[in-house]
Amino acid sequence: MEVEDIYIKLKEKFGEAIIDLVNNPPSDPFINVSPEKLFDICLELRDNPEFDFDYLMCLSGLDYVDNLQVVYHIYSMKKKHKIVLKVTVPKENPKVPSIERIWRSADWHEREAYDLFGIIFEGHHNLIRILLPYDWEGYPLRKDYKEPEFYHGIRVPY
Amino acid sequence: MTTTKFVDIDFSKIDSDRMRLNVGPQHPSTHGVLRLEVELDGEVVTNVIPHIGYLHRCFEKIAENMNYQQVIPYIDRMDYISSMNNELPYVMAVEKLLGIKVPEKVEYIRVIMCELNRIANHQIAIATFGLDAGAFTPFLYLFRDREYILWIFEKATGGRLLFNYFWVGGLANDVYPTFKEDVLNIVKQVRKTNKEIEELLIYNKIFIDRTANVGILPADVAINYGCSGPVLRGSGVPFDLRKAEPYSIYDRFDFEIPVGKGEVGTVGDCWDRNIVRMREMEQSCRIIEQAIEQMPDTGDVQSAIPKKVRPPKGEIYFRCENPKGELGFYVVSDGKDKPYRVKGRAPSFVNLSVLPEISRGYLFADLIVILGSIDIVLGEIDR
Amino acid sequence: MGLLDRLDNPYDTGGIVLGTLEDILNWGRSKSDWYLHFGLACCAIEFMSMNASHFDFMRFGIIPRATPRQADFIMITGTVTLKMAERIKLLWEQMAEPKYCISVGSCANSGGPYWQYGYHVLKGVDRIIPVHVYVPGCPPRPEAMEEGMMKLQSLIDQQAIFRKRKKLAEEEELLQIKQR
Repeated sequence: MEVEDIYIKLKEKFGEAIIDLVNNPPSDPFINVSPEKLFDICLELRDNPEFDFDYLMCLSGLDYVDNLQVVYHIYSMKKKHKIVLKVTVPKENPKVPSIERIWRSADWHEREAYDLFGIIFEGHHNLIRILLPYDWEGYPLRKDYKEPEFYHGIRVPY
Repeated sequence: MTTTKFVDIDFSKIDSDRMRLNVGPQHPSTHGVLRLEVELDGEVVTNVIPHIGYLHRCFEKIAENMNYQQVIPYIDRMDYISSMNNELPYVMAVEKLLGIKVPEKVEYIRVIMCELNRIANHQIAIATFGLDAGAFTPFLYLFRDREYILWIFEKATGGRLLFNYFWVGGLANDVYPTFKEDVLNIVKQVRKTNKEIEELLIYNKIFIDRTANVGILPADVAINYGCSGPVLRGSGVPFDLRKAEPYSIYDRFDFEIPVGKGEVGTVGDCWDRNIVRMREMEQSCRIIEQAIEQMPDTGDVQSAIPKKVRPPKGEIYFRCENPKGELGFYVVSDGKDKPYRVKGRAPSFVNLSVLPEISRGYLFADLIVILGSIDIVLGEIDR
Repeated sequence: MGLLDRLDNPYDTGGIVLGTLEDILNWGRSKSDWYLHFGLACCAIEFMSMNASHFDFMRFGIIPRATPRQADFIMITGTVTLKMAERIKLLWEQMAEPKYCISVGSCANSGGPYWQYGYHVLKGVDRIIPVHVYVPGCPPRPEAMEEGMMKLQSLIDQQAIFRKRKKLAEEEELLQIKQR
């Protein structure tokens, strides 16, 4: 199924929650989605036999200075089509519903996005840091991050 | 006459708390610096909590501060066992953003190098898996052969392990004159050793007893957890990106996708994951032979390299079949000469997350075997 | 000059090997070092090939140990991160004296390619533990690691065991004379 068809079908069902479809090659086409309905949209994408998206390829955070973005790359093993969803949240209150219960592979990916970007995934069963130490301060992949001078008495910069 | 008095033991009062055991980060069989927090009920594993991040080298932050070309050496260091395969998706993603078509010869050399590296990776995977199960000799045999492959890499690229060989639009340099003969000799040698390994390790009774029916991963769980590569194919799902979405020139070769069939146990057990790797080596040999035959002799490998790598605004997710699974790079460009964001979707990272699911209920010694069968590399997990 | 030369031709010198007890002890010590089996990153893969057939690290008389209590030296093979740094310090402190450290690869020496933007990388393992031999390279070839091992052996060979203070004082005196 092409991205346009998926977009039209989703738009029929969810209306306002599906914001727009951006398609300018050679970039991958993506659909902007509002964070409130994300869980329902993902559930629909997985459980509707027309879509049958059963495989979450990648979940990445992104920092655009004013707001944070979460990008979902989803694939269907049986139908061999894929789709990209994007959710944009303000930096002051970066809350996105967790889709860990839909695709279990999102579990660690969401923890990583929380670890490096500080995006809070609501409904995640164990949202703690995964790569950095548990007592680390700050979110390193944000553009305005400054590395600490000392960590536990060890000098960090060269 | 005295009567024997038995001591009444109230078994309900015996302390039956579960024990928590720390495996790693310094442990010979955790394949690096992984730390596993294991919850044990006697000898039976009731839960495993992997703690990762002991090798977090900030690849993604560094990539934002480097040129597109300068990122490639860091990508080598992600999965340092199969560096060639790592470079391919990133290089192809940037090429796709730039709209570059690389020369035929470059494509063939890339495929040959990738498949050679896939063999080298599987040799390490099987060797260390054998070590985990208690077999030391296959380790020596396989590392001997791997050394021959590394010699080819060294002759062609200058590096044994980390190459920086694939550039955006081409290669760092052409291969040397006797490259084809050397590669064909390697293929012969690999086939010969594989036969020995099959006798020595794969169909060994002890090895089968250790690995069959252990760590069973059903296909639907594997897909839901996002597993890929031999872990997914071991569960009987014939999904290989080289066939499903042929990138580069993989559609020109004739090869099969080996899947686990549960020959000695259940579909998706440790033995199945291992035999998939074993058979993939044979398929890689086939691809190499075909590629060597079709490879053009002449051609400039650097003709398509752009002077300045500055992709237009846009973003792309490109994925390739790494020896360990699906390696994808999500590259976001904002029109400058440095990437805005590079995210690596590492196969080991996702494959490891299934470990708690498949190791519950097995003995502690089996946990080490299950971990070995997933074939993780920590450089890729932590990035 | 040392003990080894005499051992090569024992009969030329009348079948008698002369040497100080210190020489013999150091000779034994340097030829049977046990190391702490501890792979960190890329260099650990080269280290694995070193233990395998082609390079055969064990001919140096070394045996891998999984616990620091039985180890004579530690090889830091790879990038040390801040999360790992405290563990390495702990392992180092658990090792029994005399103990040595070989830092293998650019990352362990100085942070390597991660020196500039690696917010989570320790820029050189010598910030937390003393290092006796540095092996450069990213990753170093197995031959380079063997060279590092030989450097460590010669370092152990020349070490003072008895009358340490006197020898140290003598050395210092020599140094002062040289400086003058």
